[in-house]
Amino acid sequence: MLEIKNLHARIAEDGTEIIRGLNLTVKPGEIAAIMGPNGSGKSTLSYILSGREDYEVTEGDITYNGESILELDPAERASKGIFLAFQYPVEIPGVATMQFLKVAMNEQRKARGEDELTTPDFMRRVKEAAEGLKIDPAMLRRPLNVGFSGGEKKRAEILQMALLEPTLCVLDETDSGLDIDALKIVADGVNALRSPDRAVIVITHYQRLLDYIVPDTVHVLYKGQIIRSGDKELAQELEANGYADVIGTAA
Amino acid sequence: MNIQTNQPVAKLTVAETALVEAFSAQIGELPGNGAVTGTRDRLLDDLKNAGLPTRRIESWHYTDLKNLLRAVPERVAGAKASSVSPLVKGSTVLPVLQGEAHADAEIDGVTIVAFRDQLSDGSAVAGLTALDKDDAIGRLNGSFVRDGLALDITANAEIEDVIELQASHGEGQIHTRFPVSFGAGSKATIVERHRSETEAAALVSSISDLTVGDGADITWIILQQQGASDTHLAQIRVKLGAESKLRLYVVNAGGKLVRQELRIEVQGEGAELTLRGVNLLGGDTHTDVTLVLGHNVPHTSSTETFRNVVFDKASGVFQGMIKVAPDAQKTDAKMACNTLLMSDDGDFSVKPELEIFADDVICGHGATVADIDRNHLFYLMARGVTESKARAMLVNAFVAEIVEELEEEKLVEPLEDVISSWLEKHA
Repeated sequence: MLEIKNLHARIAEDGTEIIRGLNLTVKPGEIAAIMGPNGSGKSTLSYILSGREDYEVTEGDITYNGESILELDPAERASKGIFLAFQYPVEIPGVATMQFLKVAMNEQRKARGEDELTTPDFMRRVKEAAEGLKIDPAMLRRPLNVGFSGGEKKRAEILQMALLEPTLCVLDETDSGLDIDALKIVADGVNALRSPDRAVIVITHYQRLLDYIVPDTVHVLYKGQIIRSGDKELAQELEANGYADVIGTAA
Repeated sequence: MNIQTNQPVAKLTVAETALVEAFSAQIGELPGNGAVTGTRDRLLDDLKNAGLPTRRIESWHYTDLKNLLRAVPERVAGAKASSVSPLVKGSTVLPVLQGEAHADAEIDGVTIVAFRDQLSDGSAVAGLTALDKDDAIGRLNGSFVRDGLALDITANAEIEDVIELQASHGEGQIHTRFPVSFGAGSKATIVERHRSETEAAALVSSISDLTVGDGADITWIILQQQGASDTHLAQIRVKLGAESKLRLYVVNAGGKLVRQELRIEVQGEGAELTLRGVNLLGGDTHTDVTLVLGHNVPHTSSTETFRNVVFDKASGVFQGMIKVAPDAQKTDAKMACNTLLMSDDGDFSVKPELEIFADDVICGHGATVADIDRNHLFYLMARGVTESKARAMLVNAFVAEIVEELEEEKLVEPLEDVISSWLEKHA
């Protein structure tokens, strides 16, 4: 489904290389956890997958369902089914949350050649998804993310994910800033989306989230490369021994 | 015969010559009694002698009218214009078509008179003035004005339906005037709308002259949607009475060369002005909003917020002068001008000025110029919103915030529609 081959990427502005020969394969239905210490390139990888133009790919390729996505802009990637749940969702004053949701859903449908949603259908979908995530309807009447607490922002991200029904979900440190109750709600939301044709990449610093979203594979990212891959046992090993052992073995 | 000696020293430009000739051609045709005719002659002489203002005149520094106004279209007597449905559903429309008023509507609590009648009987003469030596719009309009609408709102009348002064025109020259007097304690919402029906050039001058009585509560919305070749030279003169409230909205969404002057005198204690502006600028156009606001008495307040969006090669100007008179203590005035620059070829100049002669006042101003926030753009695009649509949403959000302050759904929605359809065409 997702194939990253020998990827090298740098910050466009100053040329600093962040990703240095990264290889990763994610299959349909798979939940892949990417772990690593701070500064290893985890967030950068999520931005590169979603097409942020602050980063330049200098070598290698990313293919999604067999097709290179490097030339696609973020909107085109989104309509192909790639979704990034942001670590820090931005507040956008003046853009109403409901209007944004409707535009986003319909833009993606349009790009895929599907009909636009009718208003009642749209309302019903939002209501159902919001209830599952325990999102207060009052929140949806505010401008996008404006005045949302950290936990509300993360839940709003998962709400968008549920509504947009992506095929590849990239969760960037979705656990940061969440208390245990919010973490469970978010994890339940993600687990509800598990399906044989949908893959999830969980980027996290800690093993905690992986107790709730159980990964099929775990990959350790360090200095822009995957230095070790394994199953969920690897996450527990990292939790017990820290990153030092793994980094030491690789070096 | 040598007639050179009577000519002014400076050579007239093509546009100035055309104006002088147009005036001569209309002698005897322009409505007005002796006093009005005398005033017209004097205003035209002043215009001719001073010439159109150049950048050397401080208040016209960013809009060099002499150079920008290259030509003046001839008056087209037979040009047609039609009335369209109002901005706000259910409004009473008072049409001024190709500069000719249709004053036959009846509204309870409002006396409606065609301005040409006030010219003919001479009652209009007191208003035919230039506000100062650089008031080119006052001179131009005073010389050429043919018609318009004079409204008198009875004291304590609450006018429920919006009144739309709908100035529609085709090509040619249009000079209109809208003196409106709001009686004490009256309430009303007026839309002053200027719209063009052709791509052929028009020169429009228009002056609205508002007297807001004590305790009146008024919303006045100027919606300028002139054509892509039009010159629109407009002025609104306002006098605010004690405890009165005026919400004045100015939306510029058209025109090739636009100058909208706001000359506001707050002269009654407890008066409150809410001035909001949206300037949507695109193409190869020039738009200038110039505010001169006098807080003349103690205990008055005002807020002025302008949001500008600049596309293509458009250039915009906001000059905001707030004067606080020596005894106008406890004045509270806040001015802000924020611009989104969407193109490297566009520009926007902001000149805030505070002239404060009282010592116990709160006055502030701020200006920003920025591009679309890249984080916002990326976020929307990451959700599948195409770049052009995402930009439009963000620009829309930037200006819609101002319109939403109106809070009345019936006004907010149609103005947001004007903004979004403008953006669809230009973004």
